[in-house]
Amino acid sequence: MALDQPVAGDQTRIHDIGYRNYDGPRLGRSYATRSLYSQSLRGAYGLGRSVKSKVLPMLLFVVMCVPAAIMVAVAVATKANDLPVDYTRYAIVMQAVISLYVASQAPQSVSRDLRFKTVPLYFSRPIETADYVRAKFAALASAMFVLTAAPLLVLYVGALLAKLDFTDQTKGFAQGLVSVALLSLLFAGLGLVIASVTPRRGFGIAAVIAVLTISYGAVSTLQAIADTQGSTDAIAWIGLFSPITLIDGVQSAFLGASSAFPGGFGPSDAEGAVYVLVTLGLIAATYGLLMRRYRKVGL
Amino acid sequence: MLDPPSIGGVATALPQLPLFDLRVTPKDPYDSRGTPRRLYGLTTGVFHVTTVVDVTVIATESLSKRFPRVTALDRLSVDVGPGVTGLVGANGAGKSTLIKILLGLSPATEGRAEVLGLDVATKGAAIRERVGYMPEHDCLPPDVSATEFVVHMARMSGLPPTAARERTADTLRHVGLYEERYRPIGGYSTGMKQRVKLAQALVHDPDLVFLDEPTNGLDPVGRDEMLGLIRRIHTDFGISVLVTSHLLGELERTCDHVVVIDGGKLLRSSSTTDFTQTTTTLAIEVTDTDEHPDGTRAVREALHARGVTVEAGSGLPGAGHILLLSAQGEETYDLVRDVIADLGLGLVRMEQRRHHISEVFQDSDEQRKEAAVHGS
Repeated sequence: MALDQPVAGDQTRIHDIGYRNYDGPRLGRSYATRSLYSQSLRGAYGLGRSVKSKVLPMLLFVVMCVPAAIMVAVAVATKANDLPVDYTRYAIVMQAVISLYVASQAPQSVSRDLRFKTVPLYFSRPIETADYVRAKFAALASAMFVLTAAPLLVLYVGALLAKLDFTDQTKGFAQGLVSVALLSLLFAGLGLVIASVTPRRGFGIAAVIAVLTISYGAVSTLQAIADTQGSTDAIAWIGLFSPITLIDGVQSAFLGASSAFPGGFGPSDAEGAVYVLVTLGLIAATYGLLMRRYRKVGL
Repeated sequence: MLDPPSIGGVATALPQLPLFDLRVTPKDPYDSRGTPRRLYGLTTGVFHVTTVVDVTVIATESLSKRFPRVTALDRLSVDVGPGVTGLVGANGAGKSTLIKILLGLSPATEGRAEVLGLDVATKGAAIRERVGYMPEHDCLPPDVSATEFVVHMARMSGLPPTAARERTADTLRHVGLYEERYRPIGGYSTGMKQRVKLAQALVHDPDLVFLDEPTNGLDPVGRDEMLGLIRRIHTDFGISVLVTSHLLGELERTCDHVVVIDGGKLLRSSSTTDFTQTTTTLAIEVTDTDEHPDGTRAVREALHARGVTVEAGSGLPGAGHILLLSAQGEETYDLVRDVIADLGLGLVRMEQRRHHISEVFQDSDEQRKEAAVHGS
């Protein structure tokens, strides 16, 4: 039969040793879930994919880190006694880059499987719907954490090189890490929920950007209006309605950050508790929505 | 053309199946506690020759699946043994629903089903570890190579990284993909894509594969190659196959056993040889001579005189020149040959007609009507 024949020329000859059965270990569900996690995490930076798909995530990663490197250089050169930007503030300043990253990589992670109908191949294997959702969620959140924590690490190492106060810097760095971890979970969840609705990648990208920027634009506009009107109480409550201001509120209430809200009116402790609850609730809600979404995507 | 069917599972037992539970030593010959209980559905064409234990790869027992508006499966009871089994049915006959239930992904409304001796309702994950699935639709991302994709799928089936790479190389070679396996799948032909889809279903060396319409969209050559490959999955790889199609003729050539379903009901389940024996129709076409200006009619009359019913092949290409008769065995061929030779006509063709699935439906409709008449 033609299929048995090696296609190569006479010089090379592939000896068909026949079909071999596999008797080795089958590592089951949790191994498969971990494999999907690592594949998705690598994929979020274009690793194991085409050169073209490496460009954007790598570029955004560099864009995230360069300002931090410049700040460190300035701090070292001018012998300043503090970094120009707080650890907690960095992600807020760079939110456009972060939004762009989640908008480009969330659809990459889930829309492709929907679009090319690869999902049934996963579900015809030992993993369950929940494993798939968890792996994808964890992978994108980890990728976001790498993106947002790397510049903080640059800042921290630079600060230590500039011989700034160690305990002060370590505390700030730790607070920054907690803040970006929350931000990564929240943004990954929102991005995945939006992207999982559509198999069209372009549409997913546009939708994620729209949700993130429009909500931020609306919230910051309303806050500015509230500020000029003098109703400073309202500022904190309005901040609950966009993801980035939500993170800002949490960290200015509990992580020692100075609020980026207009006039610097951050939430009080009680309001801060609401912020934390809303943030955690949103993360849980995105997870629940993803589970619901994939329960319907069968074969 | 076909290997002798191993339906009814004689000695070709799957070694992986726990045939005997050795914890119990059956002293009493009637003690059946040691043998695993299996489901028995409708077992047409299964005959027990020196059978020790029946080997059933798939067994369903009055399996039903009802959606709010449609009944996809209606009390389907069927046993499938090792080998290549064709599942035939028109679109919407319930083939895909059945596969979904057998993979443990969709609960049955009622009834039970076992795959490889595992209950689909409770052992879904264990079944999916030992079973491969090739979907009907396109399922390949275009921007990765076949190797990368199949390695990933192997790992998703639980194979360790090194084993996944080795098995991928082996499997892609077995399905006939060589140098091109390093190129992105987006540039593949339909035939090559089908091979990748097949490879991902086989890469973890399952005991059983479900192939959903594997010849869809292939040209005749690709179709033949795919059918040959499916045959090899059983003969060379030792993997049982459940292959769906809406073309009966295609499956007749490949399968040991054919199951026909329609509207979620079992129409027929029998070994391929039974199938062809009972449904062989001969088409004959003859030349005209001066002696017999209408050769076709002359043959018909001559055959009629010998007590053979002959129909005109209406609705076929060359209608009016083609005669159809059902072959009762070797002697029918001889009879036709002799009759035509006696008349001094030239035999243009005498061939087995390829049956289309619709004929099976028509036949069984008639049988049903007959049964109804007899019943009343």
